[in-house]
Amino acid sequence: MSNIPYILEERPDTGMNNSKLGIWIFIASEIMLFGGLFSAYVFLRIAAPEGDFDYWGSKLSVPMATFNTLLLITSSVTMVMSWASLKLQQYDKYKMYLGITILCGLAFLVVKYFEYTGKFHHGIYPSSSTYMGIYFTLTGLHVLHIIGGLLVLVFFFTKQADKMWEQDQELLANRIEITGLYWHFVDLVWIFLFPILYLL
Amino acid sequence: MSQNKEIKENHAEDIQHHIKVYVNVFIALAILTVVTVAVSFLDVSFIEAFFIAITVATIKGSLVLSFFMHLLEEKPAVIWILATTMVAFLILMFIPLISLTDQANAW
Repeated sequence: MSNIPYILEERPDTGMNNSKLGIWIFIASEIMLFGGLFSAYVFLRIAAPEGDFDYWGSKLSVPMATFNTLLLITSSVTMVMSWASLKLQQYDKYKMYLGITILCGLAFLVVKYFEYTGKFHHGIYPSSSTYMGIYFTLTGLHVLHIIGGLLVLVFFFTKQADKMWEQDQELLANRIEITGLYWHFVDLVWIFLFPILYLL
Repeated sequence: MSQNKEIKENHAEDIQHHIKVYVNVFIALAILTVVTVAVSFLDVSFIEAFFIAITVATIKGSLVLSFFMHLLEEKPAVIWILATTMVAFLILMFIPLISLTDQANAW
């Protein structure tokens, strides 16, 4: 169906298709993007006056963040289940699991909205302290990644996916596998953000 | 034709096995999340709390990478890309520690 070479078929030199190689290189660049900010966090924490990070960290809601962690973990398992459903030729189940993934992602954003607005109502902004500066930067960048991922997931929930499934089932399964890798990475970032920002 | 059918059945069995693994990993991740939160209430020093939190997060991250992202079954090219990135990432994490020498000099 596609004229672009090695979208689905394996390249002999890399042993995989270009879609997969491309997303892994993208994920590597994302690790360095978040790595730079994690490094900034370590630097700010070392340089902060004693007790400063503990004081500002105590203003965050651990139950809300725990709930968000569980939401992202759930969305990760439903994401991989949607791919498995396609592999088993169960398109209805694929839609169901993808729908749950989208709902979990949206719920994460709603919780984050309440967290952010809660801070703003108490007069806490990124400019309030270095801790809040790095907190809003790290979580804000993560939220942008969630929004980006959701846009792709919603696309694969529309009629476009139905059409793709009718025309080329392998292609849709491949697209979902690649999207899934990105989504799991976003979950992975949160797995580290959660203890560093909320629990330490 | 029957050979094709057999391959398809084996493939379906393989995926079914994967699904069981996904569910188990999900349960493990949920339990480890609760453990991380519970441990944060323990009366330990910052260094101890830091190592516990990072260890649990690393275990959770490894589970996601290994099973949800199928890293265990990936080609060497992917492993090399990630290994190189991890080296660069770790260097980035240790760079801020240089500032500790400034603090030591100040003391």
